[in-house]
Amino acid sequence: MKQWYYIILAGLAGAVIVFAPLPIRVEAPAARIFRVEASRFAYSPAVLTVNPGDTVTIELVSMDVVHGLYVDGYGASVTADPGQTARLTFTADKPGSFRFRCNITCGALHPFMIGKLQVGKNTLLWRAIGLTLLAAFSGVVLTPHPVSIKVA
Amino acid sequence: MRFDLTRFPVVKFLLKNRWPQLIIFILMLAGFLYAIMAGYIGTPVGNNNFGIVFVWIAWWAILILVAVPFFGRGWCAVCPIPMPGEWIQRGAILEPPSRKPRWLSLRWPNKFRNIWMQNLTFTLVALFSAVILTTPKVTAVVLTVMLFLAVGMSVVFERRTFCRYLCPVSGFIGLYAQTAPIELRVKEKQVCITCDGKPCYNGASTLRQAYGGASPSTGSAAGYGCPWDVFPGGLTKNTYCGLCMECLRTCPNDNIAVNLRPFAADLAQPSRKMDEAFKAFIMLGAAMVYAGVLLGPWGTLKAAAYSVGTGAWFGYVAAFLALIFGLLPALFLLAVKVGQGISKSNVPARHSFTAFATVLIPLGLMFWVGFSLSFVLTNASYILIALSDPFGWGWNLFGTAAVTWHPFLTATLVPLQILALLGGLLWSARTALKVSREVKVSSVPVVVFATLATLIMLGLLL
Repeated sequence: MKQWYYIILAGLAGAVIVFAPLPIRVEAPAARIFRVEASRFAYSPAVLTVNPGDTVTIELVSMDVVHGLYVDGYGASVTADPGQTARLTFTADKPGSFRFRCNITCGALHPFMIGKLQVGKNTLLWRAIGLTLLAAFSGVVLTPHPVSIKVA
Repeated sequence: MRFDLTRFPVVKFLLKNRWPQLIIFILMLAGFLYAIMAGYIGTPVGNNNFGIVFVWIAWWAILILVAVPFFGRGWCAVCPIPMPGEWIQRGAILEPPSRKPRWLSLRWPNKFRNIWMQNLTFTLVALFSAVILTTPKVTAVVLTVMLFLAVGMSVVFERRTFCRYLCPVSGFIGLYAQTAPIELRVKEKQVCITCDGKPCYNGASTLRQAYGGASPSTGSAAGYGCPWDVFPGGLTKNTYCGLCMECLRTCPNDNIAVNLRPFAADLAQPSRKMDEAFKAFIMLGAAMVYAGVLLGPWGTLKAAAYSVGTGAWFGYVAAFLALIFGLLPALFLLAVKVGQGISKSNVPARHSFTAFATVLIPLGLMFWVGFSLSFVLTNASYILIALSDPFGWGWNLFGTAAVTWHPFLTATLVPLQILALLGGLLWSARTALKVSREVKVSSVPVVVFATLATLIMLGLLL
C-alpha cells in the first residue's frame, strides 16, 4: 500500500517536471548572423546560441575540402566549396538543443563532425535533470522490501 | 519465475540440431570475410565502405540495442570469429569425429583465468577507436588479427580460449548478459551432481566411456565438452555461458533448460571479482568518453583521438586511462567508504567495492544504449548506400547507392536517450539497494555516484 502511494507520488512529481511551464524570458526575435568556419573535422564556432524566433543566417566557410552543414530537427542544410562561403537562413522557431553536422563526406571522421545549435534555454536538459534526481530518489524508495540475496 | 523454452519441441529441435546454427555460422562468416575484404580493397572513405558501415553501424546497432539487452550472449552463439579455429580444433564441423585431432590442447594459465586480458584488449581497441571506427583498412586489420588469433589459440589451447579470455567484445557482452531475460541453466542440480562423466563439460567421449562404449538411453552422446569451459551444473550467472547449446546436445539426462526470466535476474548475485568490477568501470567510462569525443562539438578532442602517435593523442590516452582506471574507481571507492561509514560496516572495502560495482552494469548498458541510439540513427542511411555499393566503386546492386544521407528519428532521439538514461539510473538504484542489503552497507552514496554519472552523460548527449 505504502509502495503504491510512493509510485503515485513519483508519477505526479514526474508529470510536474515534464509538463510544468518554466520561467523563460522572452526576447524579441532578431536577425542573427554567424560566420562558421568548417575544417576537418570541426566547426568554429561549434556552439551557436540564438533565441526562439530569431532569423538565423549561417555563413559557412570551408577552410579545406567541401563541407556541409545539416541542422537536426530543422532539416535545413547548406554546402560550401573550399574557400567559398555559402549561406543558410532559417527561422529558429523550435526551441531546444540541436546538433548540426557535416552532410558531405569530408574524410575519416566525417560522421562525427558535429556542432550544436542552442535555441533558447535547453529546457529539456533541465527537465531531464529533474527527472534524474527523481529517478534516483524513487530507485531507493520504491524498491520492494528486503529480498534474500547471496553473494556469488 | 522461469519458463523453459525447450518445452516447445520445435525450439528444442532447432537448438539441438547442429544444422540451423551451422547455416547461420556460414552466413555470418561470409559476411565477416566480405567486410574484411571491403576494408582491404574498398574505398578508404569509411562511411562508403561496407566494412565500416556493416561492422560499426549495423552490427553494433544490433548488438547493443537488441542482442545484448534481450539475448545476452546470443551474439556469441552465432559469432563467426571462433568458428574456423573451432572446426580445426575439433577436426569436424558437425558431430564429434571418431578420432580427435592431436593439437596441443593446453590449458589456459591459471594466472590469466579471469577477464583482465579482455579488459586490456578492449581498452586497447578503445584507445584507437577513432581510427578503427573510421578507417576501413584498420578495421580490416583488426578483424583479421582477431580471426587469426582465434584460430591460433584454438590449436594451442583447449576449448574457446580466445572467446573466454581474450576477445575484447566478449568481456562486455558477458558483463551485460547478466541483464538479459534469457538464461541457460540446468533443470535439477542433483542430476548433474550424480551424472557419470559429466559429458556436458568433458565431452561425449567421456560419456561413452561411462556407458562402456555404448550410447546412453536418453539424450545425445554426440556432443563436445563445453567450449566455454563452464560446467552447466554450476551455472548461476550468464557471464561466461556462450549459449552455444553444446550442453543441450550432450546432456544424457535432458537436464538443460533455456529459460525466459525477468530482466537482470543475475544482478541479485553481486560479483566478488575485481576484474569484473573493472570491466564495469571501463565500459561506463568508455561510453562517457565516446559521447564527449565522438558526439560532442569539440573538434580538438576529435583531432586528439584521431591523431595516433602525436602528443595530443598521448594526452587523450592519458586522460582516458586516468578516467577508467583512476578517477571513476577512486570516486566509486570513496562512495562505498562513505556508505560503510554511514552504516558503521566492518565488511572489507574490497568486498563492498566489487559487490557495489554490480550497480554499474545496468547503468553502463543504458549509457551505451543512449550513445548508440544517436550514433546509429544519424548514420543508418549509410547502410543502404553501402549495401548497393559495398566497395565505393560506383556499383548500384540494389538501387540504393544514390540514397542521400539523412538522419532518422531526430525528433524522438533525445526523448529516447533521456528514457534510456533514466531507466538505467532507476535500475541501478534498485540494484544498489539490493546489494546494500547483502553487504550491509548504505547504498545512498553509490546512488549519488550513479546520479552524477547520469547527469554528466545527459549533459554530453543533450
